[in-house]
Amino acid sequence: MLGTIFMLALRSIRRHLLRSFLTILGIVIGVSAVVSMVTLGKATTAAVQEQISALGTNILQIRPGQGFGRGGGGSAPQNFKPDDVTAIQQQIGGVVAVAPQAQTSATAIYEGANWSTTVNGTTDAYFKVQPWPLKSGRTFSTAEEKAGKAVCIIGSTVEKNLFRNTDALDKRFRVGGISCDVIGTLTTRGQAGFGGDQDDVVIMPIKTVQRRFTGSTDIRMILVGVDQAYATSQVQTTLTSLLRERRHITGDKEDDFNIFDTKQISDTLTGTTTLLTRIVAAVAAISLVVGGIGIMNIMLVSVTERTREIGIRLAIGAVASEVLMQFLVEAVVLSCIGGIIGLLLAQLVIAAATPLMQVPWTFDPQINLFAFLISAAIGVVFGYFPARRAAGLNPIDALRHE
Amino acid sequence: MIETPLISLRGVVKVYGSGPTAFQALKGIDLDIMARDFVAVMGPSGSGKSTTMNILGCLDVPTSGTFLFHGHHVEQLDRDQRALLRRRHFGFVFQGFNLLARTNALENVELPLLYRGDPKAQRREMAMAALDKVGLKDWWDHTPGELSGGQQQRVAIARAIVTEPTVLLADEPTGNLDTERSIEIMELLTDLNTNSGITVLMVTHEAEMAAFAHTIVHFRDGLVDRIEAGHNGVVQDGKAPA
Repeated sequence: MLGTIFMLALRSIRRHLLRSFLTILGIVIGVSAVVSMVTLGKATTAAVQEQISALGTNILQIRPGQGFGRGGGGSAPQNFKPDDVTAIQQQIGGVVAVAPQAQTSATAIYEGANWSTTVNGTTDAYFKVQPWPLKSGRTFSTAEEKAGKAVCIIGSTVEKNLFRNTDALDKRFRVGGISCDVIGTLTTRGQAGFGGDQDDVVIMPIKTVQRRFTGSTDIRMILVGVDQAYATSQVQTTLTSLLRERRHITGDKEDDFNIFDTKQISDTLTGTTTLLTRIVAAVAAISLVVGGIGIMNIMLVSVTERTREIGIRLAIGAVASEVLMQFLVEAVVLSCIGGIIGLLLAQLVIAAATPLMQVPWTFDPQINLFAFLISAAIGVVFGYFPARRAAGLNPIDALRHE
Repeated sequence: MIETPLISLRGVVKVYGSGPTAFQALKGIDLDIMARDFVAVMGPSGSGKSTTMNILGCLDVPTSGTFLFHGHHVEQLDRDQRALLRRRHFGFVFQGFNLLARTNALENVELPLLYRGDPKAQRREMAMAALDKVGLKDWWDHTPGELSGGQQQRVAIARAIVTEPTVLLADEPTGNLDTERSIEIMELLTDLNTNSGITVLMVTHEAEMAAFAHTIVHFRDGLVDRIEAGHNGVVQDGKAPA
């Protein structure tokens, strides 16, 4: 019997294609909105997490200034000095490695190819603080660091653009005003958390950069690797008091430097993107409910419009439950078709949006299944009222209906 | 031995509404209809003939009185039981044809079999046979919109007889047709009555059509006024009555 009713519902949908299409439009939009929003939101969260974990966990970043974008307000905060790095190394417990950084930008030239890139001066400790394996070659030796030799390790973007397809190791190229030997190449790390390409870099001993490029012993940033056994927050507290002392900040004066805990940033950003995902999903869910009401509206109109048909069915011998089931099945089939079209549409939206949003394409079976089940449930819930109304019609009145 | 009637109404009263606005449509009908009879029901508007037909077709129940069908008390059945009774024993033909729009003749005729739960092959076969009986075998894939009024009514008759019902109820089946088509329909009903043994109950305004029946029941003011014999014999000679 259910098979028959299913067939009747399909026939009815087929006979009123335009009306059926309009009925399911709300569901299509609702389902595709929910699925694409949730999937893209999750992809964004995952991408953010991945980018932050690429920065390395258990790392404290120390910079001069009072935090993101809060510059100005009096004299520019002074940069760190090599003594600060030594002090941190010697006086703070739980520190694995301390890597100072001095950055500048320069143009690299090799056999007619030139490429504008970032020159990052640091020490061997840089590779101990964060996991960034070499693809080939080696890191700096202590002698090279002390002497400020013109040796460098290059990121994959520089390697690709400057050396094309040739092996870059042991080649000599010009960067800024100096000639530099490639002693190592790095594996690809990908996009950084805030836009920049982390692989677009030439890494040199910090002394080399200070002498040949910046002309001072200033250090723009210090990376501190924290032992897994220690809590980063605790290390952060002792670091803060050490630096305040060294920079002569007393009383309740604000710090003129800031320490970022990458784990903390990771948690904050993940929390934010998760929250945003939930908000857009909630908005999308509202459109799904509106879609359900749309189904109910059209089904009610359809019941009125098809009163005579219902009368015929009743006169012919359909019992009330069969009429109820027919309309209910019709609503459920419609909303399920809407759900399926919505799912397909969502995949298109996701496929189109992921390259724009620079997040990886993902397929989340859970949310797809969930959205489909919701669309079916909407068919049942919003189809029931019109169906009951159809089943309750008096056959004589229904037949007389114009 | 006296043959028991197929249908028997006793003291059937139908009241619409209640209180001071109540309207008594039937004021106590007594009527017996024998199996295989061809009955025409006549009477002015408001005389109660449509109400009687609705009760006879198990679409409505009397306010009081008894309705025996095959010896069973129909007035005691609930909505769904009456629906099942209609499904098994009654076929309906309406003045307005009442075919499903955008649905071809075959599917329209199949509809009662669908509710009966017949398998597809059997449905198809029986529906084609019914269409053949009304002379529309070659028109099976036409929708009502593509058929003339007379053809639509014949599809409706095919739909009514496809379940091989005991009773065929026709409510002014020729009301929307010209005389020539009307006579064709009446000949078809006569044929079904005579050769398939279906009891035919027909409401009509036209004496010319009523004359095809064996029995003509006249209604007036909610009561059976008089019962007379039709001129069915003339039709059996192959000619329309004068």
